[in-house]
Amino acid sequence: MQAIKPFLRSLNQGYAPYILTLLHVAVGTTLVYLNPRSTFAFLLYLSSVGSLYAFKTSKPFKLITALVVALVIMPVLGVRNIFYLEIVFQISVFAALALGLNIVVGFAGLLDLGYVAFYAVGAYMWAFFGSQQFYAIFYAPGTQPANLPFLLPGDFFYLFIFIGIIAAALAGITLGLPVLRLRGDYLAIVTLGFGEVIRVLANNLDKPWNITNGPQGITPIQRPSMPGFVVDAFNSVFGGLIGKTVKDTDLYNVFFYLLALFFIVLIVIVAQRLEDSKIGRAWTAIREDETAAIAMGIPLVKMKLLAFASGASFAGAMGVLFAASRTFVSPESFSFMQSIGVLSMVILGGLGSIPGVILGAATVVVLNLQILQGLSLYLSQLRQSDAVIPLINFAWRDLSTQLDPAKYQRLLFGLILILMMIFRQEGLLPAERRARELHED
Amino acid sequence: MDSFLKRINIKEILRPIWQTLVFSFGSALVLSLVVLALALILDQTVVGQTFLAKYKMPLLTYTLSNLPQVLIDGLTIGFVYAAIALGYTMVYGVLEFINFAHSEIFAVGAFIGVELLTTLAIAKVIPTESLFMSYLWLIVAIIAGMIGAGALAITVERIAYRPLRGAPRLVPLISAIGVSFFLQDVIRFVESLTTGQFNRTFPTFGNFDTRVVMGQMSIGTANVNLGFPIKSAIVVIAALIMLVVLNYLVNATKVGKAIRAVAQDRKTASLMGIDVNRIISLTFLIGGALGGAAGVLYALKFTRIDPFVGFFPGMKAFTAAVMGGIGNLTGALLGGIVLGMLETFAGTFMSAFTMGAAGTEYKDIFAFAILILVLVFRPQGLMGENVGQKA
Repeated sequence: MQAIKPFLRSLNQGYAPYILTLLHVAVGTTLVYLNPRSTFAFLLYLSSVGSLYAFKTSKPFKLITALVVALVIMPVLGVRNIFYLEIVFQISVFAALALGLNIVVGFAGLLDLGYVAFYAVGAYMWAFFGSQQFYAIFYAPGTQPANLPFLLPGDFFYLFIFIGIIAAALAGITLGLPVLRLRGDYLAIVTLGFGEVIRVLANNLDKPWNITNGPQGITPIQRPSMPGFVVDAFNSVFGGLIGKTVKDTDLYNVFFYLLALFFIVLIVIVAQRLEDSKIGRAWTAIREDETAAIAMGIPLVKMKLLAFASGASFAGAMGVLFAASRTFVSPESFSFMQSIGVLSMVILGGLGSIPGVILGAATVVVLNLQILQGLSLYLSQLRQSDAVIPLINFAWRDLSTQLDPAKYQRLLFGLILILMMIFRQEGLLPAERRARELHED
Repeated sequence: MDSFLKRINIKEILRPIWQTLVFSFGSALVLSLVVLALALILDQTVVGQTFLAKYKMPLLTYTLSNLPQVLIDGLTIGFVYAAIALGYTMVYGVLEFINFAHSEIFAVGAFIGVELLTTLAIAKVIPTESLFMSYLWLIVAIIAGMIGAGALAITVERIAYRPLRGAPRLVPLISAIGVSFFLQDVIRFVESLTTGQFNRTFPTFGNFDTRVVMGQMSIGTANVNLGFPIKSAIVVIAALIMLVVLNYLVNATKVGKAIRAVAQDRKTASLMGIDVNRIISLTFLIGGALGGAAGVLYALKFTRIDPFVGFFPGMKAFTAAVMGGIGNLTGALLGGIVLGMLETFAGTFMSAFTMGAAGTEYKDIFAFAILILVLVFRPQGLMGENVGQKA
């Protein structure tokens, strides 16, 4: 053990970290390129972001490598296997959501259990104005004619990102004003209630006027236009590497992935600047001791509202993005379970820790989409085979088809929350301040 | 024997009974009057005319003819909520902590009861000819639910809450949310592994579905049966018995005194020689057992259960506890009854009063609206005292 430590340290000195990082990226990329179906290769590739973060290398190196990984390698690999792009897109969206929630829960210490409500506000905003729903408002769900016109052209999407931000922030303030005076655990329950109210409204506002189209949801929702020359340019640059002609549907996936990435960068910058500002310090003070914070002259309700609104606004923007990328929204995407999913990402990574939260989002999404679904697939293969569980002599074939690991997200989220609270409250990559607090002695 | 009788505190037995009567009749009377007044007013407006044209009866007649059933349903569900709310309120009183997993403890109780009765039904033990045996098996199911749920509540406290005592407030709450989610899927897992089906139905036996008819009343053209299903009566009576026993336990026994002492001041209580950990476990046991019994009663009343059945009743019971003043047993009782009544009234009449724009589908979020209103305007609840920062 004693011999290993200096060796590990020497790996993080001089040129070694550069070589190791590049090696990690190169090996990961090559493996995924050669075996587009291998989960292991993909995870190896994904984890190269981690070693880029962890190794001690110079800032320009990190920046350039990150740009190459995110903007060049990922689109190429993603177009070759669309499933990976989907995973990375989901990671990005959830990382952005988790970063937004992190402002509310991690910085200001307000437990918000209805966070996806703001996501829903953004999503339904664009879903209503960016689809035919406006003209279907006097038809019961399912009875509207198919040839209704679209209210707004798809390019209004960009405008609606801002409108989504404003709408979600307003929703946050509206909810926050009456309830932010409440103490932490009551606030949690009220936000949970608000989340449910929004979901039930989305489910039922198909009468008396059909605004949300009820449980069927709204579709099709428009995407911003994709100019032909972009497709051509992408094809001429990367066509050879990808090995097939890229169509604009493929490129939309890349586009939304890049947009989500852009938002993450934006949110990280905003969150970091906020954390180091007077506002951020006020949030910390409120989180640690409300009474003392008031005594220090911090405007409590104003600061809490600010945290609530800024967290909500990020969710609103991501909602608009989500609606456009899926071209479909329905109330199911905004259930209480989704809120807890986002919360478990924040808790897993570390409350208040920006890199931690991103790691948490990546881990939960990978567990959810790769591991649980992989288990499901494996189980259904076992069901079709003649295999038998050895000791108890139970044939896999007789296993209930109701048992589908892919649907056991609650178990996953629940376990994450319990285990992290009991064993590592500061999260996987703790925020500096919190780590210090929890291990004072 | 004589001295034993003397030691029983009759006042503490009678008090919750008359309280329940007052709460039930009070809320029934107030809500009925409100609804009737609304119907009377709306009958003069376009709402009443549309209703008359559509259903060929004035709104008032519709309201009157539905009223008996609504009152019985409201009371039944109100007692279920009250029984669950007592679990929240007991734990909150002692630990100042929202036991988020209580709704799943309730669901586990329901599943244990239903699974036991289903097994008996498969073994052809039920349905039996004898009415006495039917009731006996129902009682056995309720007790099994209580034991299972109580044991689970203690286990959860031991594993997921006790290590976190003394941590910041949100830490045990997050852990409790985790337990709640975890348990939902554990129920689903166990059910789909053993029975292959996670939606379960309460087996039909005994005379629980029969209606006791007490007479008929004709309002205009409509004939209204005055009566109630036996299972509603069972739910109400069983819940009432539990409430009385709990009230007696907390307010008139030595253990109850210890519980109240721990709730007031944990440190001082331990200095007085009370084993605080034991009392906290006991609180979870009592709360869990009440929740489990409420689960079986809920299954009896609504017949179908699934692993996620606990969520809404749990949330509503929590609302009831907050509405009555969390930490206050009488308050939980009052909150449960009032909320059950309000919800049933809203679910039944809202659709008719709003010309179909909003109806039963909003029943489940109705409680949240009330919760927000209560927390904003009277955070200490209807019966709670103002405790400032503490609550």
